[in-house]
Amino acid sequence: MDTSRKPIAEAASRIVLKVNGQPRELELDRRTSLLDALREHLHLTGTKKGCDHGQCGACTILLNGRRINSCLTLAVMHDSDDVATIESLGAPETLHPLQVAFIERDAFQCGYCTPGQICSAVGMLSEVKAGWPSHVTADVSVERIALSDAEIRERMSGNICRCAAYPNIVAAIRDVAGAVSE
Amino acid sequence: MKPFTYERITDPLAAAAAVSRGGAKFISGGTNLLDLMKLEIEQPTHLVDISRLPLKQVEDLPNGGIRIGAQAANSEVAADPRVRARYPALSEALLSGASGQLRNKASVGGNLMQRTRCSYFYDTAAACNKRTPQAGCAALRGINRIHAILGASDACIATHPSDMAVAMSALEAQIELLEPNQSTRRVAIDDFYCHPGSAPHIETVLRPGEMITAVILPPPPPGRQRYRKVRDRASYEFALVSVAVIIATDGGTITTARVSFGAVAHRPWRSIDAETALTGRLATLKTYQAAADAAMRNATGRGHNDFKVELAKRTLCRTLADAAQMSAGRQ
Repeated sequence: MDTSRKPIAEAASRIVLKVNGQPRELELDRRTSLLDALREHLHLTGTKKGCDHGQCGACTILLNGRRINSCLTLAVMHDSDDVATIESLGAPETLHPLQVAFIERDAFQCGYCTPGQICSAVGMLSEVKAGWPSHVTADVSVERIALSDAEIRERMSGNICRCAAYPNIVAAIRDVAGAVSE
Repeated sequence: MKPFTYERITDPLAAAAAVSRGGAKFISGGTNLLDLMKLEIEQPTHLVDISRLPLKQVEDLPNGGIRIGAQAANSEVAADPRVRARYPALSEALLSGASGQLRNKASVGGNLMQRTRCSYFYDTAAACNKRTPQAGCAALRGINRIHAILGASDACIATHPSDMAVAMSALEAQIELLEPNQSTRRVAIDDFYCHPGSAPHIETVLRPGEMITAVILPPPPPGRQRYRKVRDRASYEFALVSVAVIIATDGGTITTARVSFGAVAHRPWRSIDAETALTGRLATLKTYQAAADAAMRNATGRGHNDFKVELAKRTLCRTLADAAQMSAGRQ
């Protein structure tokens, strides 16, 4: 990266994030969370700010393929990392299977937590595919995980829904997980 | 959040020099530190990013143990096939903590170094000896439902919030530290956390410039391992009481026992008293109750947390019964 073009502010750092497949150059106050970099600087407002303290999951994105809370990490720590947000998963005409399932199952009311729920579910399903156990897995040494409703609820516990659409969120994820495992 | 300068290091040997600047702190996953920085409870003026150090591996050791790199994510360690097969209590403990998102970010070293979730530590309007030495402790006469019943002092009754560390205590983990002179030393996890005494802001035996590089687990002891966590919600919540047990039986008699409690003290609370009360005795409820009484003999409630003494006893009995049954079933 060419850092010689302009002087960098005292409290700022210049980084390149790969966001939804595109390299994006940013000059940021070092205190900027990855969430604020996405929303305020790249204007990708699909990712939501809920609690801003890692307690609600509304800001969930995929970092190098893994789900994380974007509010609890600094953008400056992710120079050259790969970030995928809800905007990369689907568009109105080409919805992601989880987005289709959330609509079919009425898995939201206000919708504020939904982008985080869907990004979290994408990450969660790849964890299941990799054979990762969970807190409700009876024997953590088993290699294959059967994705029961109890497993879905436990694995999605980092995403809070104040409208309490939980039963329908579980149903939507179950639909997609079933289709994946067939 | 207060302003800070930032550097990322890629060689562990650069850690001590980088963190020797005044006001410097290591940052890895950031899931605890950044939360505290937003609240201005932590105010580092320089952050040393150690998250990309090549310390992420889980490696087999020649003696049958394993070495877990300090930068390994909590989720990676919980999912590691060797951990799941030989140290299931560690996998269970990790999986009972936080959420999927947080476990993907939080490192093993950061988990050990996380701060208490005492509500008065978080409330900057309240007195807290951890935040401001000699300021007093609002928890002593406050709402202390989540606080310590063992090992506390009149200066601090906060608990250590880690689940992982509790399983590591029962597994007799050693913490590997890189010293500023580039040599390494190891500290048993039960010696890593300092008694709160009159200076509860000093939480570990880490010396200036030292960095955690790994956690070493010796070969697992014989027997079945179990981690049980009791909390206000079914998931995504800190423990009120937790316990890691390892128990082996032979013909109904207990041959090996390890017991460590979580959320009852400033550190994982290994109970040698409970282990002594179990070893050589019949694997019966009466034995478990005697062990629970021994473990909690010196426990003291502070009012709202009085219930934890009985809860810890019952949690131990139930977990021992489960693990002993599994152990017997395998013979």
